[in-house]
Amino acid sequence: MAATALKCRECKTEYALEARYVCEKCFGPLEVDYSAPDVHDVGELRRKIQGGPQNIWRYADFLPLENGQPGSASRNSTAGGLPAGCTPLIRADRLAERLGLREVWVKNDAANPTHSFKDRVVSVASARARELGFTTLACASTGNLANAVAAQAAALGLPSYVFIPANLEEQKILATGVYGTNVVAVNGNYDDVNRLCVELSGEREGWAFVNVNMRPYYAEGSKTIAYEIAEQLGWQTPDRVVGPIASGSQFTKLDKAFAEWLELGLISGSHPTFNGAQAVGCNPVAHAWEQGRDFCQPVKPDTIAKSLAIGNPADGPYALDVAKRTGGSIEQVTDDEIRHGIRLLAETTGVFTETAGGVTTAVLKKLADQGAIDKEERVVLVITGDGLKTLDAVRDSFEVHTIEPTFDAFEREFAGVSGAAR
Amino acid sequence: MAVKVKLPTQLRAVAGGDSEVLVEAATVGQALAALYAVHPDLKDRIADDDGTLRRFVNVYVNGDDIRFGEGLDTPLAAGAELQILPAVAGG
Ligand SMILES: Cc1ncc(COP(=O)(O)O)c(C=O)c1O
Ligand SMILES: [Zn+2]
Repeated sequence: MAATALKCRECKTEYALEARYVCEKCFGPLEVDYSAPDVHDVGELRRKIQGGPQNIWRYADFLPLENGQPGSASRNSTAGGLPAGCTPLIRADRLAERLGLREVWVKNDAANPTHSFKDRVVSVASARARELGFTTLACASTGNLANAVAAQAAALGLPSYVFIPANLEEQKILATGVYGTNVVAVNGNYDDVNRLCVELSGEREGWAFVNVNMRPYYAEGSKTIAYEIAEQLGWQTPDRVVGPIASGSQFTKLDKAFAEWLELGLISGSHPTFNGAQAVGCNPVAHAWEQGRDFCQPVKPDTIAKSLAIGNPADGPYALDVAKRTGGSIEQVTDDEIRHGIRLLAETTGVFTETAGGVTTAVLKKLADQGAIDKEERVVLVITGDGLKTLDAVRDSFEVHTIEPTFDAFEREFAGVSGAAR
Repeated sequence: MAVKVKLPTQLRAVAGGDSEVLVEAATVGQALAALYAVHPDLKDRIADDDGTLRRFVNVYVNGDDIRFGEGLDTPLAAGAELQILPAVAGG
């Protein structure tokens, strides 16, 4: 499968594979188009992937780079940038039991170099940016993207500018600035940051804004989450995918990736049902779903799930379409449910996720509680970021036992707790 | 009322290379109509035949999305800055 053009999702006009993201005819978003795949031997293609590097470049045949993976690579090492992907898929039996389900898997994308799935999209966008001759990386970010761009730029030796809302979690700001990037904190919310970056990207030649002028390439990077899930399940699709929605980009690309591989015959099973997850405090897509609309009305975000706080989601209409087409839905949960979701996942799987994962876990719980999930289903929960970046969400949610350093003090504190005192 | 309309790079080719246009208008709808009068080719790019904005076109007045105001009826004060941008997000 080779990338052949950028194609407008609305009017289908085609453009060269340049740094473009919007159709000049109708303003619709552009998406990478590929030539019809020419696969004779599915087994051989599977073996090729399995023999590839332990990162997203094992799927280079399905990504929009001209020269395949950047830098040389073997199975165990990759030269070129900060490799992302190949994160664990964990069978979560204790979580399933708590939810009354049979089979739940956690795709733990916190296990990426900067602890979120954004390393995947940035790997692809920055590799393509280098092919196109860009010399500076930039982004408009709700936090995780800033981490990923700053780190990738450091690995590649490129200068970078990351634009974030000024009220972002401190952990995310610290974990970005450390890479020696230019952190630009904008007085406003993400949508203000985004508007500024869209304007800037038109005026700054040589700057690759990974999620603006490089957006078609960036978005393709999310497909690798679904490829991995399918490969890790033994070349099969799950029955259901529950994933987060901010702009809706990742959600729509997971759907696209399963469709591509099903069509190729590379995987078996039927197309998964897709449930999208949003916070009540930033619910433009969930709200449109509830109202039965096929477009989103923007909102002003107010939620602890700051990484999902995009009030004006550009891929919202397409996310609605995915939910509808696959028999799924788009759900919303409150900040309290998000906090409980974080605890539920941590206590049953050992995976500590940030607020975005709390949203996703809480939505899975909600669907399970409603009986919307068949007991026989194989469900994948997509966890996209790390709890260490949003520590405030769990602050004061448990008790710390402070004692004097004596045996008696310990015995007193835990008197009556079997297993603690002998 | 004189207001300034800022055009994104993607639209400048059909606006004779202009990056901003000054028009007289009291509402967003009037400003866009005045803009189409100066650069007729712009209309087809950003609006449907009946004048409703296409789904991936965002219009801001002094930085605020007009969907938080009254849409095309959003009033404009003298010196207001209207900005047309493609919808794109994700970060
Ligand atoms: C942790 C996390 N999960 C999910 C998302 C949602 O991504 P998208 O904008 O592709 O919907 C983001 C991005 O903003 C994120 O940071
Ligand atoms: Zn188009």
